[in-house]
Amino acid sequence: MEDRTRKSGDLWSGVALAALGLYIIVQARQWEYLGPEGPGAGFFPFWYGVAMLGLSALLVVSHLRRRSVRGNAIDWARLGRAFSTWFALAASVALFKPLGFVVGFALLTYFIVAVMYRRPLKTAALVAVASAAGFYLVFDLALGVPLPVGILGF
Amino acid sequence: MEILTGLLNGFAVALEPANLFWCFVGVLLGTVVGILPGLGPPATIAMLLPLTFNMNPAGAIIMLAGIYYGAKYGGSTTSILMNVPGESASVVTCLDGYQMAKKGRAGPALGIAAIASFVAGTVGVLGLMLVAPPIAKFALSFSSPEYFALMSLGLALVVLLAGRSIVKALLAALVGLWIASVGTDLFSSTSRFTFGQMELLSGIDFVVVAIGVFALAEVMVNMEARGETQLLPVPKGLKNLLPTMQDLKDCRFAFLNGSVIGFLVGALPGGGSTIASFLSYGLEKAVSPRREQFGTGVIEGVAAPEGANNSETGGALVPLLTLGIPGSGTTAILLAALVLWGFKPGPLFIPEHPALFWGLVASMYIGNVMLLILNLPLVPLFAQVLRMPAYVLYPLILGVSMVGVYSVSGSMFDLLLLLAFGLLGYLMRKLDYPSAPLILGLALGAGMERALRQSLMMSEGSLAILVSRPISAVMLSLAVLVLLIPMFGKLNAWRLRALEQE
Repeated sequence: MEDRTRKSGDLWSGVALAALGLYIIVQARQWEYLGPEGPGAGFFPFWYGVAMLGLSALLVVSHLRRRSVRGNAIDWARLGRAFSTWFALAASVALFKPLGFVVGFALLTYFIVAVMYRRPLKTAALVAVASAAGFYLVFDLALGVPLPVGILGF
Repeated sequence: MEILTGLLNGFAVALEPANLFWCFVGVLLGTVVGILPGLGPPATIAMLLPLTFNMNPAGAIIMLAGIYYGAKYGGSTTSILMNVPGESASVVTCLDGYQMAKKGRAGPALGIAAIASFVAGTVGVLGLMLVAPPIAKFALSFSSPEYFALMSLGLALVVLLAGRSIVKALLAALVGLWIASVGTDLFSSTSRFTFGQMELLSGIDFVVVAIGVFALAEVMVNMEARGETQLLPVPKGLKNLLPTMQDLKDCRFAFLNGSVIGFLVGALPGGGSTIASFLSYGLEKAVSPRREQFGTGVIEGVAAPEGANNSETGGALVPLLTLGIPGSGTTAILLAALVLWGFKPGPLFIPEHPALFWGLVASMYIGNVMLLILNLPLVPLFAQVLRMPAYVLYPLILGVSMVGVYSVSGSMFDLLLLLAFGLLGYLMRKLDYPSAPLILGLALGAGMERALRQSLMMSEGSLAILVSRPISAVMLSLAVLVLLIPMFGKLNAWRLRALEQE
């Protein structure tokens, strides 16, 4: 990916990890640090929290001290495709409860084939139905692996 | 004698029809996975791991190991025919393999890749068989401080060789340790980092994180582009795949070089098959009388790295099985698999489970023979896998990932976690955070914390116990030195070169 994303990414990921480190320290201090029987539940998290905070601060400071370097432009189209895939996956997971795995997965496949790869709708429908049916036959029926079931009963 | 007896017993296990079948399934899947660009062994093993929970552990580990080393065979096919490595360990094979294919010598290139993989892969298993038992015996003297020091050293080595930025690699490892802490503390029954969610009380399943960070993230990265790559013509017939006698003569040193370097690099945590293949290629080029022709289609340039990346498997299993320390993302998943089946890899693994260890070793000899047979005459058939459209492949990977996660606990919550870790894995790739330290931190986190706390219980709270015992002091000093390497110009330049090649 492009330099610019990484460079500003260093800053924001550093800030996010510093916040996580701080959260870990605050939480760890609520648990026992050293007890009569040795270190408590807060001992180990406290120290890796401190390390996380220190290292992320280092990342942020080194980013801020770095001279600004002109990087390549962010390729939003590529990012968009990746995030579209993720959102489609999230939507299909959300549909598992009402519609079940088979229908949710078929819709996900249809979206990927028809929208992401711009294949003819007939091809998309064929791939979606065949894949979903294949999963049902192989996992649910042949291997006995349970799949999320919806109101339709599969 | 002990080794010979163990090996004979191992063959008795590996030759059981069910185990032979799983070995075949593993190497076949491995070859297919190796051929498919964008789907690597860690993602595949992570996806299939939940499906092995109801299997006999011997058959399951034989199959998963088969995927691991089988992928190394398959990876060369795309490197040679498409100039696209099927997996990272086959990157260097593109240099001479693709050039050979362009000159009409794809057959001998594919043939020598299979032969070198077989020779070095077998040497790697031989090394595992000879080296693992004595190391396990030595490690019997280890106690909690030594284990803590050993895990710290393993993690430090992985951090060193995982990414260009040590800071980012360390942060990834710390996030792994944090994820490992989520759930109920087994010493005090305290709930940690559960955000009030009942589902998190038993912790976050390793499988969910591994599938998210490897498989889902890999699909997202691959989905960024819509293009398909062109395939060079695949030679047909065994005769066209066999290298000439002169080719074999040219590759004599490459076989030895690949075998030895691959095994040694594999045994070092963090080394990995990519570095092994590059080192082996570099050495081959350095000693070759026709070094200036490297990169233009020299057959040793294919044999050396392909041998090294196969021999590495045997080396990588040494620290995993004898010390319980994985050296890479893939071996971390294998460690999790063994733990999930109820085994504890470490010094007692071989004496307590000889059938499993020797069965695995014997199956690797058998698997290498199967792979040679599969990869020589059947290469044209496997190459057809490359014709599978991406729009069919990626939904299938997503589907297997979701089924794999759901089958572990039957929990929709785990599917939501899978989405979160998939996003995390993608962002880590985009922002140049390596994923191996995160997975290793997660795999070792609970063990590290337990070893540290037990050490401090032994010493009544004094950290001096970690440095007052010689083995632990040496290993901790090495861990610190390893992390200081980036501060030394020449050593850091070497590290960055190794990473650039990767």
